[in-house]
Amino acid sequence: MKKTHVAFFLLLAALCSLPLFLPRFYTYIAAIVLLTALLATSLNLAIGYGGIYQFHHAVFYGIGAYGTALMLTRTPMPAALGLLVGPLASALLSLVMGVICIRLSKLYFGMLQISLGSLVWATVYRWYSFTGGDDGIHGIPLPDRIATPDGAYYYTLAVTALCFFAMHRIVGSPFGKALQGIRDNPVRSSAIGVHVKAHQLVALVIAGFFGGVAGSLFVVVNNSVFPDMMFWTFSLEVLIMCLLGGMYTFFGPLAGASILVLLRVFVSVYTQYWSLLLGAILTLVIIFLPDGVLGYAVRRFRPVEGRRA
Amino acid sequence: MLRVESVVKSFGGFKAVNGANLEVGAGEIVAVIGPNGAGKTTLFHLITGHLSPDSGRILFKDREIAGLSPHVLCRMGITRSFQVVNIFQRLTVFENVQIAVLSRERKTFRIFSAVQGMAAEEVHSILRNVGLYEQRDVESDLLSHGDQKVLEIAVALGGKPELLILDEPTAGMAPEETERCIRLIRKLSDEFGLTILFCEHDMGLVFEIAKRIMVMVRGGTVVQGSREEVRRNREVQDAYLGEAGEC
Repeated sequence: MKKTHVAFFLLLAALCSLPLFLPRFYTYIAAIVLLTALLATSLNLAIGYGGIYQFHHAVFYGIGAYGTALMLTRTPMPAALGLLVGPLASALLSLVMGVICIRLSKLYFGMLQISLGSLVWATVYRWYSFTGGDDGIHGIPLPDRIATPDGAYYYTLAVTALCFFAMHRIVGSPFGKALQGIRDNPVRSSAIGVHVKAHQLVALVIAGFFGGVAGSLFVVVNNSVFPDMMFWTFSLEVLIMCLLGGMYTFFGPLAGASILVLLRVFVSVYTQYWSLLLGAILTLVIIFLPDGVLGYAVRRFRPVEGRRA
Repeated sequence: MLRVESVVKSFGGFKAVNGANLEVGAGEIVAVIGPNGAGKTTLFHLITGHLSPDSGRILFKDREIAGLSPHVLCRMGITRSFQVVNIFQRLTVFENVQIAVLSRERKTFRIFSAVQGMAAEEVHSILRNVGLYEQRDVESDLLSHGDQKVLEIAVALGGKPELLILDEPTAGMAPEETERCIRLIRKLSDEFGLTILFCEHDMGLVFEIAKRIMVMVRGGTVVQGSREEVRRNREVQDAYLGEAGEC
């Protein structure tokens, strides 16, 4: 067994034991860290591995959450179905938006995505009779097993671990390699027979789906949804998580998400200007660690191989 | 195998390629030469589908291919290397060639199988043939320029092409690297029976390995023929002597 596997299982064991000694509030925070890490990693599939300027990823997070919340509150369907419908809705939206945006490249793709995403946000924000408008939806009924704080945490942990496993498989698949090729050099990719846009579209749908899973987890952990989840500023935050942790490493966004969420929780106790500190940290990271925190660590401790991906 | 008939491509008012003709037979090594800005690279872009011509015909194995996209042409058996190094910088040498092989085998949509070790045998044999086997686990960004140009060709070989198009394969190479590149091109032609079309500024190289030569000036074909025919051609001498004076 490789060292990374050992480290991974130790981390998993540590995460499993967290609720045994942490107070309830911190268990809640730990669950938020996990699902945010899942969200950031799903974005990284598109931006770090696919080189696609996915600027409005929070929309898929939000639709995953709203899809789940609406299924649970407005239909008599079993909860398990609701938890699945949210992510599927995200994947579908991702496909539709992807088909529209993919004809543009780089920044133009990103700009169009922000526009379309903002349209989705505005719809959710205004449609009081269906989505609850700016109030959002609260007190979402959940199955007993995952309704307790510990239950919600373990459910989040299990789903997150499963998704990380799946995403890791995808990154290490022929598709994942082709995607990284497209990121490095789309012109060359097409010259060796890779259909660039088709691969990018699949990547977008996958990223949207896992973003939606993170959204459905938020429903379980927080019991509520609100339109701010899919406001464009939050997309920016998720993007920062990827940059901070390192876009070219698989676990970089996880590191970035943990740093950002914990920073907000602990620093905002002392000052409401916590984003000021974040700005300072981000500036330092960009200047001194252009590969991100984890990217730096990988380079530092494996200099011989010099591998980035 | 490949026939280009009076192809025209203009950008704005500028006719980059203006009535170019070219014929490449199976198994031949054909060179396109011409002064800077003669339209050689544009012509290659037209053949490989990165651009589509305004008029004229391009036939590959008697099939009209003008306007088809690069990935379709690649599947038909045309692959190319680029003038400027065009590789996957963040991936290793092995992975660079591996992607090309997997793409040819149409496996790039496999989402859940592990890529590690896939197609390893073929990739290793390509790398041994071009002489990059020792560096297979090096990130391609870290290779020397000469090695990167060779990797360029290796990536193209991953597509098992019938027609290999090389755009200035030795540009920017040191003399001993050029020597190695010539040996490689010869080997590809002799041992693997590849049809090779290339353009080049190094006249020594062109006259050494090309069996037939096409000369382009200002977007048009001046002459296409054997080495001797080209050498004797008056217009070519004028174009090149004139050009040499300006350089």
